[in-house]
Amino acid sequence: MRTRKVLVALVLAVPVAGPSQAQGRYGIGHAATPGQVKSWDIDVAPDGRNLPAGRATVAQGKQIYAAQCAACHGVQGQGGLGDKLVGGRGTLATPAPVKTVGSYWPYATTLFDYVRRAMPLNAPQSLSDAEVYAVSGYVLHLNGLLDEGAVVDARTLTELKMPNRNGFVSDPRPDVHSAACTRECPTAGATP
Amino acid sequence: MLSPGEPIGAKLYGDPSPFEAKVVRNVQAKLPQYISASSRTPLQDLDGIITPNGLFYERHHGGIPAIDSATHRLMLHGLVKMPLLFSVEELRRFPSVTKIHFLECSGNPSYKRPFGKTASDVMGLVSCAEWTGVALKTLLEEAALLPGAKWVVAEGADASGMTRSVPLDKCLDDALIVYSQNGERLRPEQGYPVRLLLPGFEGNMSVKWLRRLKVVEAPVHSREETAKYTDLLPDGTARQFTFMMEAKSIITAPSGGQRIAGPGFVEIRGFAWSGRGKVARVEVSVDGGRNWAAAALQEPVLSRALTRFTLPWQWDGKPTVIASRAVDETGYMQPGFGELLAVRGDNSFYHNNAVQPWRVAADGEVSNANA
Repeated sequence: MRTRKVLVALVLAVPVAGPSQAQGRYGIGHAATPGQVKSWDIDVAPDGRNLPAGRATVAQGKQIYAAQCAACHGVQGQGGLGDKLVGGRGTLATPAPVKTVGSYWPYATTLFDYVRRAMPLNAPQSLSDAEVYAVSGYVLHLNGLLDEGAVVDARTLTELKMPNRNGFVSDPRPDVHSAACTRECPTAGATP
Repeated sequence: MLSPGEPIGAKLYGDPSPFEAKVVRNVQAKLPQYISASSRTPLQDLDGIITPNGLFYERHHGGIPAIDSATHRLMLHGLVKMPLLFSVEELRRFPSVTKIHFLECSGNPSYKRPFGKTASDVMGLVSCAEWTGVALKTLLEEAALLPGAKWVVAEGADASGMTRSVPLDKCLDDALIVYSQNGERLRPEQGYPVRLLLPGFEGNMSVKWLRRLKVVEAPVHSREETAKYTDLLPDGTARQFTFMMEAKSIITAPSGGQRIAGPGFVEIRGFAWSGRGKVARVEVSVDGGRNWAAAALQEPVLSRALTRFTLPWQWDGKPTVIASRAVDETGYMQPGFGELLAVRGDNSFYHNNAVQPWRVAADGEVSNANA
């Protein structure tokens, strides 16, 4: 919530020429009101500060999942038309890794953010915040990360430590240094 | 006897010749759905560095939205003194910038079989255009950054609400808020009425149908920068925030699916590009990678743009493998596929920039030497 407080404070503190005239170098554009910012600002970072109020249960999520998600992602999250959501723990370092919410996603907040903005594929942003909490909780439950009786809210998702939380590294590229041979080379340069 | 052709005005927006009807975007058959999918540029049919707008590759995650530019707004907020809303007409009033840059999906091409038959199948998720818009830096200065600003979260107005975090340094460098492509307004499939363009970075970050920019301290870790667009390594860790599209090239003629008419003169043609800047040189091998010769680069050679190369070749009619490799102005050389796999394994999925070899058979038939 800190970001919003900062914005409100600044808008109040900075005098503007008209009700909505921008005051930058070019003076092009209109000031976005705190109300407009609040209604557009839906992204949720791992710190959870932009998560909405509300809560729901894993049990409620089971019903919503069956109605809204199972057709594409499978009754048990095993995948189908949509991505596999469940399983894959311990496979990332094998020749056949299975990347799911449980095995790969580093933050539970991302699950809420993505379901709310983009799911279900045929009707994004049709679920209420409570429904998104519920179904996020159920997918986490299917992955063994929340109990069947769990209640899901902003705190639950922010505090949950995902199994692959520390599985990501920064980009070291350029990482492949070509032999750069130009005459009478071993032919591995052109074929696998 | 001749007769008059079609009158002026028969087609107020022209089409290619009907005799070129096969030169179209390449869409994979029998995908489970086409809402989150891609189409590829027919690289082997293009002779210049500018991809025609109707042939520019597509990658959508929630279909192509129909957005009216009159009602569309771009919000810029977060760690700025003055959160702003812009209409498209307002964005067009700012000082404009026009640049030629390639755009490439980081999943171009695959690390695994099937590798595809044609240049388009293999590497058709790259295109290049002349883009016009306003520098993102101009907008950020207009809103005035606050201390702590380090990243900008870009969000699309499409059904996927595409979201990516972009380092502020890139936003203040060469990032553009684009409204026109090759001189005309963006096509709906390229983000009409306004998109982000991050030259040299993986295409997914150049968010289309851009509706919101939020200046923040830290990346948002959206689904597209955690679950997707991260590069899994053999040890089970994954690289995150892998933005740069490294130097790459491909021979488009002769290439997979084509046939060399017969022994004798063949001009080898292709494209090279690098997300780190200009292409410094392209080397071509016509003997399976044993020897490499410098190709001629065609002007213009532009930073972060497709560059055309050619090499005259006398084909002796014997089977062989031909390939190209690019070196960019940083000195980086495009690696062989084996060299790349030795470092990253074959589960990285993204950012494969390895040399693409084509096999030439005795009858002149050209096929993918990786397949």
